[in-house]
Amino acid sequence: MVDIPYEGIPGIPPAEVPDVELYHPRSWWTRYVFSQDAKVIAIQYSLTATAIGLVALVLSWLMRLQLGFPGTFSFIDANQYLQFITMHGMIMVIYLLTALFLGGFGNYLIPLMVGARDMVFPYVNMLSYWVYLLAVLVLASTFFVPGGPTGAGWTLYPPQAILSGTPGQDWGIILMMASLILFIIGFTMGGLNYVVTVLQARTRGMTLMRLPLTVWGIFTATVMALLAFPALFVASVMLLLDRLLGTSFFMPALVEMGTLSKYGGGSPLLFQHLFWFFGHPEVYIVALPAFGIVSDLISTHARKNIFGYRMMVWAIVAIGALSFIVWAHHMYVSGMFPQFGYFFATTTLIIAIPTAIKVYNWVLTLWRGDIHLTVPMLFALGFIITFVNGGLTGLFLGNVVVDVPLSDTMFVVAHFHMVMGVAPIMVVLGAIYHWYPKVTGRMLNDAMGKFHFWVTFLGAYLIFFPMHYLGLLGVPRRYFELGDATFIPSSAHSLNAFISVVALTVGFSQMVFLFNLVWSLFKGEASGGNPWRATTLEWQTPETPPGHGNWGKELPVVYRWAYDYSVPGAAEDFIPQNQPPRATQLVQGAAS
Amino acid sequence: MAETVLTNPGQSPARLEGWRGIAADWASDQRAFKNVSWGKAMMWIFLLSDTFIFSCFLLSYMTARMSTTVPWPNPSEVFALNIAGNHIPLILIAIMTFVLISSSGTMAMAVNFGYRRDRVRTAILMLVTAAFGATFVGMQAFEWTKLIMEGVRPWGNPWGAPQFGASFFMITGFHGTHVTFGVIFLIAIARKVLRGDFDVERRGFFTSRKGYYEIVEITGLYWHFVDLVWVFIFAFFYLW
Repeated sequence: MVDIPYEGIPGIPPAEVPDVELYHPRSWWTRYVFSQDAKVIAIQYSLTATAIGLVALVLSWLMRLQLGFPGTFSFIDANQYLQFITMHGMIMVIYLLTALFLGGFGNYLIPLMVGARDMVFPYVNMLSYWVYLLAVLVLASTFFVPGGPTGAGWTLYPPQAILSGTPGQDWGIILMMASLILFIIGFTMGGLNYVVTVLQARTRGMTLMRLPLTVWGIFTATVMALLAFPALFVASVMLLLDRLLGTSFFMPALVEMGTLSKYGGGSPLLFQHLFWFFGHPEVYIVALPAFGIVSDLISTHARKNIFGYRMMVWAIVAIGALSFIVWAHHMYVSGMFPQFGYFFATTTLIIAIPTAIKVYNWVLTLWRGDIHLTVPMLFALGFIITFVNGGLTGLFLGNVVVDVPLSDTMFVVAHFHMVMGVAPIMVVLGAIYHWYPKVTGRMLNDAMGKFHFWVTFLGAYLIFFPMHYLGLLGVPRRYFELGDATFIPSSAHSLNAFISVVALTVGFSQMVFLFNLVWSLFKGEASGGNPWRATTLEWQTPETPPGHGNWGKELPVVYRWAYDYSVPGAAEDFIPQNQPPRATQLVQGAAS
Repeated sequence: MAETVLTNPGQSPARLEGWRGIAADWASDQRAFKNVSWGKAMMWIFLLSDTFIFSCFLLSYMTARMSTTVPWPNPSEVFALNIAGNHIPLILIAIMTFVLISSSGTMAMAVNFGYRRDRVRTAILMLVTAAFGATFVGMQAFEWTKLIMEGVRPWGNPWGAPQFGASFFMITGFHGTHVTFGVIFLIAIARKVLRGDFDVERRGFFTSRKGYYEIVEITGLYWHFVDLVWVFIFAFFYLW
């Protein structure tokens, strides 16, 4: 798609919405702490998510210490190991990735990219962050309550999640449910803002089909989250009632610690359906913003328009819609009616089509592009490779007959870490390197960035590639130690030790990144407003970092799509979205 | 609340009808839903999300009811009252439903008078709506009390499947909470209407945004939604 001049530029539609009057902070507190500015809220979200994410990182080190060197570390016992697993998974999936992509990147980028002054309801947006913070604090508090956090696994399957014998049965599980309910309430307040801002608060000339793919990814993911989180909300409420009031929604009659429990007649499968009706869309709630962001990184750093923009948009929407009818592929071994497996395997494999469209289009965008191997680009390339790898193992797990023997092995762990762990984290890191100059006005250090990329990228492969092999050998997941099972060769144990050493190394190398973030804030090279020479609106703000209200006096007017890179005949190799076509024509005229 | 209440229809060229019109709106800049304010759009999307919550609750209840091997208590018997010596099944629920549906009527009238800027009538009708809502919650409290006196608990009841009490208290409780929030909103907005906040575009205490009469309609959307949900709860829980 080349630059299509807006027909009748004099007739660019008049502003339908009067320019908003923003809330103006009057004190330090309302400016930096209880701020209603989406950019401040975004930074608050990001810092909180990163902080709790570091806790999850440390938990993964502890797990790896135990798995690599069983019996060596007396301070890790079996119960703690289960608690580490549970908290690591829950924090990473929900409190880090979901919050960072939607609350962090969404808040910062949506208003800037669609040309709005702020989110539509800044006050509600602020509440969203504070409820999220409360959810994180409740979650973190479980480390300090009697019995510690719950060790039920991040999927929290009843009946074991609330029975005695599972660590954290006293307090941990209750606070976990409370924290999830709070998170969902907080997210809903933010999510409504993101959706309405994209739909109803775009600037003049910004049609939906001119939105950068980043906005499309975050927008679709938010819509999905608003429809998927209700299932988790309901499941959490019901599990909480089972635990607190002794209802039996999910609890069948069973013997607990030698005595018949008070429960009876409930359906554990019901919980799994509710959980995965949330859980599978959740995978794409994390993946779609990553898809969107990586499209923009690749296009910008390869100086080439994104290949097949419309197909990219429709692929995002199709993946979002399909992800609601695949949830039971997580339940092939759960005792579900077997023929359901056909349906869910089919829908699961159909998702490969729009996903493959996206991967092809990324590669075709790179094809004969002017590729700049900047740090964001390196991370974007790392994402594509990692995502393809993780996606291919998804084909194994999506087929019923292949999945059954692989269920609950390290193969599954390797698969989902590749596809929704490492791959989105690659995008998060790339995006931070990309947008840090806009947030702070300074570039991140390039040498530290490249070091960080190579250690993270190669390390992630050294960690998760061998895990596939372990899984094929039948090494189960979530086991405290393997003991001396005969089917596990001794090489598997040395492989485990190897993985642990690499995991610790990669984990510590992230400290270089954190140091870079702080160091560059003070010592980084000044970036100017548009260091990557990008087209999208957030790089065209009058101030860097953007001021309160983003745009100064006049809202920008958009004349073109977001991907006018290397347009033949143009003076520069990028044309910002808000540059009127007349100027281009003049330049073209001068060139010819 | 809403910056986007009024648009000048004269500004836009002839709008297309039907599907073509929808396609044109979605292909346009600025807004996908023309003439829909931010506040109203936000309420609609919230209600969509809330629909999923209630759907999950009701589906879970239906799953429990269909899969239990213990007989389900007969709602006609459980929810019957003895009035003046007559044993009338479902009478309280019938009255509650009537009250709640009536409140939707008064709410719709309040919205109408709101747009006519008839402060007093709007406020009175909103307060009547709130009173209906409070009556509903009160009758629900009576019903809960009666059932608890008869031995219904979340973990069991004298007549059959323990999931009966669990689902009943959870679903009607969650719905009753919605009604209670609605009553609080109605009273708060009615106070603003009566004080004339929306005539002078007085700014909100928390949000510092100007207020418009449209908030009456937005509150109404929420109220009608809560009524609609009750119809489904009524059908699936009491009539099944």
